[in-house]
This record gives sequence, C-alpha cells and structure tokens, in this order.
Amino acid sequence: MEHHAVLRVVTKLLIPFILLFALYVQFHGDFGPGGGFQAGVIFGAGFVLYGLIFGLTNTQQVAPPVVMRFTTTLGLLLYAGVGVASLLKGGNYLDYGVLAQSPQAGQHLGIILIELGVGITVASVIVNLFYAFAGYDRK
Amino acid sequence: MTIEFVVNFVLLTFLTVVAVAVTRIRSLIASAMLFGIFSLLIASLFVALDAVDVAFTEASVGAGIATVLTLATLAIVGVREEVKHVRTAKALVICVITGAGLIYATLDMPRVGDPAAPANQHVVPRYLEQSSTEIGIPNVVTSVLASYRGYDTLGEVTVIFTAGITVLCLLGASRKLRDTSQTDE
Repeated sequence: MEHHAVLRVVTKLLIPFILLFALYVQFHGDFGPGGGFQAGVIFGAGFVLYGLIFGLTNTQQVAPPVVMRFTTTLGLLLYAGVGVASLLKGGNYLDYGVLAQSPQAGQHLGIILIELGVGITVASVIVNLFYAFAGYDRK
Repeated sequence: MTIEFVVNFVLLTFLTVVAVAVTRIRSLIASAMLFGIFSLLIASLFVALDAVDVAFTEASVGAGIATVLTLATLAIVGVREEVKHVRTAKALVICVITGAGLIYATLDMPRVGDPAAPANQHVVPRYLEQSSTEIGIPNVVTSVLASYRGYDTLGEVTVIFTAGITVLCLLGASRKLRDTSQTDE
C-alpha cells in the first residue's frame, strides 16, 4: 500500500476522529445509543484500518500483541471485579447500588465501569482477530 | 401509504435482491462485499424499527468488522468458489415449506410496538417506569443491558472473550510458539 498516497493521507486524517468517536460512544452510552460493545468495535476498527493501510508490522508496534492479549482479559476481569466489589460492599453480585454513597451514584459508577470493561475486551478481541488472520501465512 | 411503509418496502426489496445476489454470485470477494451491504440494509431496518442500539451494533460489526475478517479469510483460503452440481429440488421444497410455515406464524404475531403484546407486559413496564428513579440514566436500553440484566451481559462478554481466545489458539499464538521451538532444535 506504499504508493496509495490518497488512502494513506485520508486514513491518517480519519483515525483520530474514529478513536475519538469510539470514546464518545463509550462514555455517552448512558444518554444516547451506544455503549461498550459498539465503542469497542469502533475503537478496534480504527486499528484494523491502520493495519490495512500501513501494514501489520507498524500496527503491532502501536499495539503489541502481548499487550492486546493482556487487555482482552483485563476488560473481562474489570467487569467481573465490579461484581466482586459489590459483593464485598455487602450487596448482591453486580448490584451496583452499594458501590457509592447513594444507590443512583452507585449505579452510574457501576455502569460506567462495566461498559469500560466490555469496551476494552471487545476492542482487544477485534485487534487480536485481525492480527491472527492477517499474520497467518500458509505453509 | 405512509413514509414508513415506503421506507420498509424499499429496504426489504433491496434486502431480497442482495440476498439472491449473494447466493448466485461466484466471486467470493463480491459476495463478502454484498454481505456488508446486507448488514447495512438490516441496520437501516433496525433504525426504522426504532432499535438504534441494535442498528449501531449491526452497522459496526456486520458491515465493518465482519467484512474485513471475511476478506482476510479469503486471502488465506482463496477467492473462487468451487462449483458443485447438486440436485436442489429437495432443498427447495423444504425451504418453501419452512418459509410458508414461518410466514403463516407471523399472522398470529402482535404488531410491532403493540403495548398489549405479551413481550411488553412482563417486566418491560416496570423497567420503563422505575429506570429513571432506580438507575437514573436516560437511555433505558443501557440500564437494562448493564444493570437489570448485568449478569447476562457478563455472559456475553465471556462469550466474546472465549471466541477471541479460540481464534488465537487456532490461528495465532500457537503457530508462532511452534515455529520458534522448531528453530531452536
């Protein structure tokens, strides 16, 4: 893809907005359509687009496969950890009401944290899938 | 004839055309592209049905990521479908009978968004009435997904996690480890 100047320039221009939009979808999911799943996919799509244009090696320097494998589990553990935290605070598993001073503030906190966990896991899985398919060579 | 009817009619017509084209076309790259268009049309239909969260997911996953992954798979397995001549009469009969049965079943279904429908009678009224005081966020879809049904969503994330790990086991990490162990010997 070295000679496709238009694709390279347009991709460079688009990627910051794609990542920013993913963060918007992630943290605005309480108020509008969206949430962790969609945000994770959009964030992962930003990396996939970068990988398609600038190659696998460059992408793996930005997001090393080891880190991506680590964050895949991190997101799920964050989600499950919020459940354990609410258990320790004396509530039921994943009952966010006990996490903060008032039940509503607890629900807000819990939802933001678990949506973040969903987003991290989904984005990492997408990037991992892309690495697995793009790095596969027939032998 | 309302605008909604026209939009639904046009989208469904396109959907049928694309679906038929996917089955007829022999180039797998073209059929991957058509699947992307199919997902985008479905996403538009979801918007017409006021299910914007689902439409969002369908547009990003179905039309975006799935197309890229299908193309990446085609880069590995080749882009031409091997044409096999099989007798399709039996399959056609089964499909027509099943399709007719499904269409017959839709006649008994309640209209979309009917408040008297059984699906809207069970826990939905409670969610809609109590969500603003219990959870306190405007998007009820998020409060159902993340809080009322948080345990189910944890299960979904676990499924995504497991699927990702499985693909890594099949295609990714193990191959690299095997290669390095072979060069060591």
